Parts: sequence; C-alpha cells; structure tokens
Amino acid sequence: MTGARLLVVDDVAAAYPGAAVPAIASLTFEVRAGERIAVLGPNGGGKSTLFRLITGELALGGGRLDLTAVRCAFVPQTERSRLDFPVTALDVALMGAVSRMPWWRRPGRADRELAREALRRVGLAAVEDAVFGSLSGGQRQRVLVARALVQDAPLLLLDEPFSALDVTGAERLELLLRELAAEGRGILMATHDLDQARAADRVLCLNRVQIAFGEPAAALTREVIERTYGGAIVDLAAGAAALLPTHHHGERR
Amino acid sequence: MIGWITDPFGEPIVLRGAVELVLLGVLSGGLGCWIVLSGVSSTAESLSHGMLPGLVGAALLGIPLLLGGAVGLVVAAVAIALVQRSPLTPDVATSVVITGLLGAGVLLGLSPSAPAGLGSLLFGDLLGVSDLDLALAAALGVVVTLLLFLLHPTLLLTGFDRLNATALGRSPARLDLVLAVLLALATLVAVQALGTLLVVAMLVGPAATARLVSRRVAPMMLLAVAIAVVASVAGLAASYHANLAAGACVVLALAAAFCMTLAGRGIAHVVLARSAA
Repeated sequence: MTGARLLVVDDVAAAYPGAAVPAIASLTFEVRAGERIAVLGPNGGGKSTLFRLITGELALGGGRLDLTAVRCAFVPQTERSRLDFPVTALDVALMGAVSRMPWWRRPGRADRELAREALRRVGLAAVEDAVFGSLSGGQRQRVLVARALVQDAPLLLLDEPFSALDVTGAERLELLLRELAAEGRGILMATHDLDQARAADRVLCLNRVQIAFGEPAAALTREVIERTYGGAIVDLAAGAAALLPTHHHGERR
Repeated sequence: MIGWITDPFGEPIVLRGAVELVLLGVLSGGLGCWIVLSGVSSTAESLSHGMLPGLVGAALLGIPLLLGGAVGLVVAAVAIALVQRSPLTPDVATSVVITGLLGAGVLLGLSPSAPAGLGSLLFGDLLGVSDLDLALAAALGVVVTLLLFLLHPTLLLTGFDRLNATALGRSPARLDLVLAVLLALATLVAVQALGTLLVVAMLVGPAATARLVSRRVAPMMLLAVAIAVVASVAGLAASYHANLAAGACVVLALAAAFCMTLAGRGIAHVVLARSAA
C-alpha cells in the first residue's frame, strides 16, 4: 500500500460510559488513500463502536487515533433512516454541505450544484426530486453515499452498506466504492459478510479485540474466522463449510 | 357571500380577534410542522394543559397571566420530567401528572376568591385580546419565523437523521432545547386567545393537515401557515354568524380542514388507483 496515511489507529481501546468492560480494545491498524478496508465482525463485535470513535462521537479510552484526513464522512445503514420524513434525494445529498457550515448559514447555489453532481456520480440524477422514502434500498444507500461525497471527505466510513441491497444494487455499490477508492479516497466498511471482506484490499477482523489485520488472502485463515465469530466452522459435504455462531446479541450504538 | 365573509370584521373586536389569529397562524403554522415531524405533539398538548394552575394562580394573585402561565409551564415541564423516572411508560406517567395539574387548576379556578371565569382560561378569550397580546404575538412571530428560516437546514438534517446528526456536526440535544423553548413561548402567547384546552389545535392541526399532502418540508410549512390563517379566520366568521363561542369554532374549523384533506387524499388515492388499473 503506497497511498498517504489517512487514519492511524494505535493500541486503541474504548468503553461506553458506565460499562465495566471495554467495548473494543487492542486495535492497531491504518487506512491509506486509495484502499478499501473491510471491518469484519459479528453483531456486538465493536464495528459501530469503532466508527463512533473515528467520528468523535465516543471518547477514546486509551491508545492513539490519528485522523490525518481531517474530515471523514459516515454512511449509515439505510435501514435505520426515517422513511416517513418529507425530504427528497437532493435534500439528503445537500445535508453533506450543511454539515460543513455554521448553524446560521444556508446552502447556496454552489452547494446545490455539488449535491446534484454527487447524485449524478452515484447514478441517481434522474431521481433527485423523488422522496427519499419512496426509493429502493439500493438507491437510498447510494443517496447516503452521495451525501458523504458532498461532505468532500477523503475517508469514508460505511456501516454495513450491502445489508439491505439486492444483487444488482450490491454490484452497483461495489463498483462505485471501487471507483471512489481509485480516486484516492480511503474506505472503511463494516460487514459481517465474508465474501465482501475477501473482495476488499485489506481486512480488519474484530470481536471486541482485534483478531487480525492484513490482506484478505493472508489474514482470513480458518482460525481467524472462528475467533472473529466466536464459533466453530463445520465442514460440510462437497468441500463446503458453514460457521456455527455461538451467540447473537444487539449491537450498541 | 362576500358580505358573509367581510361583515363580521366590521366589528372592531372581531377584527382584533382576526388579526390575532393571523399572527398566531404565522407563528404556529411553521413551528407546528417541526412539532409534528419531531413526534412531540403529545408533549405540546401536555404542556399546554399542565400550565392551567399557573394561569389560575396568576388570576387569583392579580399578577399578569403571562407570568403565571410561564411559571405553570415550568412546573408542568419539571413534573413531566420527574415522572419519566417512574417504572411506568412515559405516556402513562405524563397523563397522570397532566390530569392532576388540570384538576388542581379547575379546583383553584372554582374557589370563591377566583376573579375571572375559569372558562376564559380553559377556552381562551379570542374577542378580548389586548394590545399587549397582539404585540407579543407579532414579536414572537418575527423571532420564530427568523429562527426557523436560519435553522431550517439544521432542523432538516437532524429530523431526518437524528442518529447520525452528531457525526454531521449538529447537536440534536441543543436543537431539542431550542424547539422546546419556542414551543413554550408559542403556547404562552397563544393561550390568551385559545385557552389551555384549545391552544394545541393551532400548533398541531394545520401542520398535521399540511403533512398529509406535502412531499417537502418548506412547502409543508407555507401550506400549514395558509391553512392556519384561512381556516381559523373562517371559523371566527362562522362563530359571529352562528353566535357561538369563537375559540371553539376556530378549533372546529381547523379540525374540519384536517378531515376534509384526509378524505380528499383518500378519494384521490382511490381515483388514481382506478385510473392506473
């Protein structure tokens, strides 16, 4: 990896207020410009906690987190967005510009043009006036990516971006993320899908502590996957394998 | 027909009532949209009902109703906040507190030493608004309109994506506080005209009606103001001709606007579905 360092995380730990046990600990990794990093882990494994640390919503409990990119943009899961709210795709994209302004400023014509350009970039120019809640899951996810593009952040954080998408929607988003990385952006995306993790440039395996960090081919060993999911891989007939998870619990946000 | 509409406003007190309704319509139409979109309509209702003891107390002590109402609002807000700690769900706990406060207000209002009729505090006195009421409604209308204009992008961002508003550089808690203060001020100013039982209709009704037919927030706010002004003034004219209570007619007109819009929307859906089939 030769791109400039955008984010350096060194022995980082964090706990939620009042919690006795840290939500994540012993994290050491980096994100460079132009690479896509998958954060692989089970629900409750600390993926969202890591993102909240990077966006500054949660205080660092220990270690060093160096965000040289200055700005990072967070793309939430569209399943968690309000579908009943009267906003259009353009309104949502424009919120990326609002996030860079003081509270009394209103977005102007130039900001509106930026938002339109971002929607064009994600292939949604035709639906800029459509109500957000009326779009498909894949379209909504891309609108949220457009909002992050308007924030003009070199580092993009995506929370399980593929979880609500059908195959076509997922392929489109995958292509878009590759393009954005090729332009020099760093991409950190949470997933619990092994195939998504294998398609990334590097993978960070996380289950409250860091299990592994590296290129998928080398990092995603059977032992690492078992430790990441806290379960056992069972070999099935014809060379297939399945993971038997041992627990499922809600992820704290 | 035109005479039916214009005649009532030849009377100075009816004209003053109409001016108050226009000012309150501008004030509450836009603000009401954010109350409806933030899902705090029931809080608005609770606050306005819970301030009654403060208003009655002010009437008994002979101090300005505005001051009593302000104290009543603070007491109601503190009481609501305290019962949220109970093991009951918030709506149950709030209902108990608010009906309790309403009962206390009625008890005080029916005491022999109470000067003014309890009715005007419960249902307002639209035809008895003072110059001060009009001036306050106008001043607050300007402040609220200016703030809502400046805060519009922030309100939109936070309302749409509250979970991630902090990551987008906005503080939902701070915005909640601003909205709560504006809601309290609007209630305080409007309660003189519409009373503790009816004031929430002006704050929530037009916005709820506009929500039924709006795809975006800014047009929804303009529509809510238009509905608030037209329906409430129409209600006032109707009350003049039918010789009925002004406040109640205004509230009924606002409710009728909501029902007609809801019915019209239902009919439009059926017609569109038929023509598409």
